Amino acid sequence: MMVTVLFYLLAGLAIGCAISCVYHRNPLYSAVSLIGVFISLACIYLTLAAPFIAVSQILVYAGAIMVLVIFVIMLLNMDEEPRPDNLKYLIGVGGGLGALLIAQALYVFYAVNKAGSASVVTTAAGQTKSIGLAMYTKYLLPVEIVGVLLLMAIVGAMIMSRRFRAERDAAGENGE
Amino acid sequence: MEPILKTIFPFLAIGVGIGAAFGVVMMIVAYTVLAERKVLGWIQGRIGPNRVGPWGVLQPFADLFKFIFKEEIAPDKSTKFIFYLAPVVAVSCALMPMIVYPFGPEVAVNLDFLPYGLGAGITKIPLTIAKLDVGVLFVLAITSVGVYGIALAGWSSNSKYSLMGGLRSSAQMISYELAMGASIIGVVILAGSLDLTEIIHAQIRSPFKWYIIPQFVGFIIFLIAAFAETNRVPFDLPEAETELVAGFHTEYSALKFALFFMAEYINMFTVSVMAVTLFLGGWYIPGLDLLARTIGMQAWFGVGTIGYGLISVGGFLLKLFAFLFFYIWVRGTLPRFRFDQLMNFGWKFLLPVALSNVILTVIVVFFLNR
Repeated sequence: MMVTVLFYLLAGLAIGCAISCVYHRNPLYSAVSLIGVFISLACIYLTLAAPFIAVSQILVYAGAIMVLVIFVIMLLNMDEEPRPDNLKYLIGVGGGLGALLIAQALYVFYAVNKAGSASVVTTAAGQTKSIGLAMYTKYLLPVEIVGVLLLMAIVGAMIMSRRFRAERDAAGENGE
Repeated sequence: MEPILKTIFPFLAIGVGIGAAFGVVMMIVAYTVLAERKVLGWIQGRIGPNRVGPWGVLQPFADLFKFIFKEEIAPDKSTKFIFYLAPVVAVSCALMPMIVYPFGPEVAVNLDFLPYGLGAGITKIPLTIAKLDVGVLFVLAITSVGVYGIALAGWSSNSKYSLMGGLRSSAQMISYELAMGASIIGVVILAGSLDLTEIIHAQIRSPFKWYIIPQFVGFIIFLIAAFAETNRVPFDLPEAETELVAGFHTEYSALKFALFFMAEYINMFTVSVMAVTLFLGGWYIPGLDLLARTIGMQAWFGVGTIGYGLISVGGFLLKLFAFLFFYIWVRGTLPRFRFDQLMNFGWKFLLPVALSNVILTVIVVFFLNR
């Protein structure tokens, strides 16, 4: 009962924040709304007894990625986006994709209802220990692949920043 | 009456717990401000506040009332909604970690005196509000969200000093968060848990009793990163008076400024609690149980009794106050970093040292467990 009320509250908040994220023309308002979406999703994970996923959602998305986004918005001092005028043809594409998404959601709803409560997994799924065990035994290979991918991204970022610095030094703008 | 009472009793109990913890934290925070002014006064050869009440003990309340009754000003060109949102974000993110602080051990109680059998089945009360499976990560996550308070305040004020302060602070907090997280990993590996209460119990079981001994490097890194995370001297670049007037809160007045001020001190409290819990054994006082057994007072001060609980909470607060005093002491002693020095120090020294500490801990734990 309590959890259901909380779910509808948080889901409403998430949807409201998502709409405001798309709707606002000021990039900073959009970014703040997106943070709202992430935090409401994290709260929903908490009500689903998955504290580790909830906390990593906040730590990674709200705490790290969005800070960088806001950082960039602040540095570039972006103004309100002008209203684009020639995007009529996108209405059909957007509507089609939206219909597809709604159909998918309805199918999931139907499938879950049909399967009944038998599909509910054990509550330990969201605990730190079970996630750690699953990651380092059953899904070790994907985890390693993702790790190598991230390492490549880090090395790439470093090489790019070094090249820019070298070009700047060559141009004689070596001032800090 | 009885079914209603039975339904709301758990909420009532949690509410009382939160209220008590909130009151304790806020009082300590208020008096940290006074202690800071007093101790700084002594360090600098002054007296400090001494007019409001004897020795100035009522000064925090005088300050609070002054903040409340000051005029409320928002700059003309500021982004109003975010300008008002920022202090709320800052203070609520600072207060939220409170629910996982382990204030003390479990205490055995007898609640049979309550009407309608409300206390039936309750034999132990933990002196912490929520025993979260991921307590350490929760604190880190919420404090990382606290950056928004400062960043948004700096942006929405529409002032160059505020913007520079906000930018500096976000850059600094992102950089030092990494080192802070990495310094905690060592403790988490040793304890084998992310739960703050469980970490304290793991420390009690370990031969060292306090993790400051095996994790001394981690402790030093945590301490330095904690100073940077709370924007305190010598890392108080976001509000460097000589360069930025007052940094991100230049345009804030009245209660909005008071909220930022409070958030800073509550954050100080939070990192002190984390340092005490992770490295100094939390509420655990080595030898207390042994002493109680030797002098034959186990019924009063043995593990799980109310006497043991109270003394443990006292020990926790004592360690906490030592940390808060250290903060103030450093503020009275050290000068401020330069900004590029700060970034270089964080990324090129602190983070590599923290990571090598993690690797070393992993290797040692691996060979010990074989």
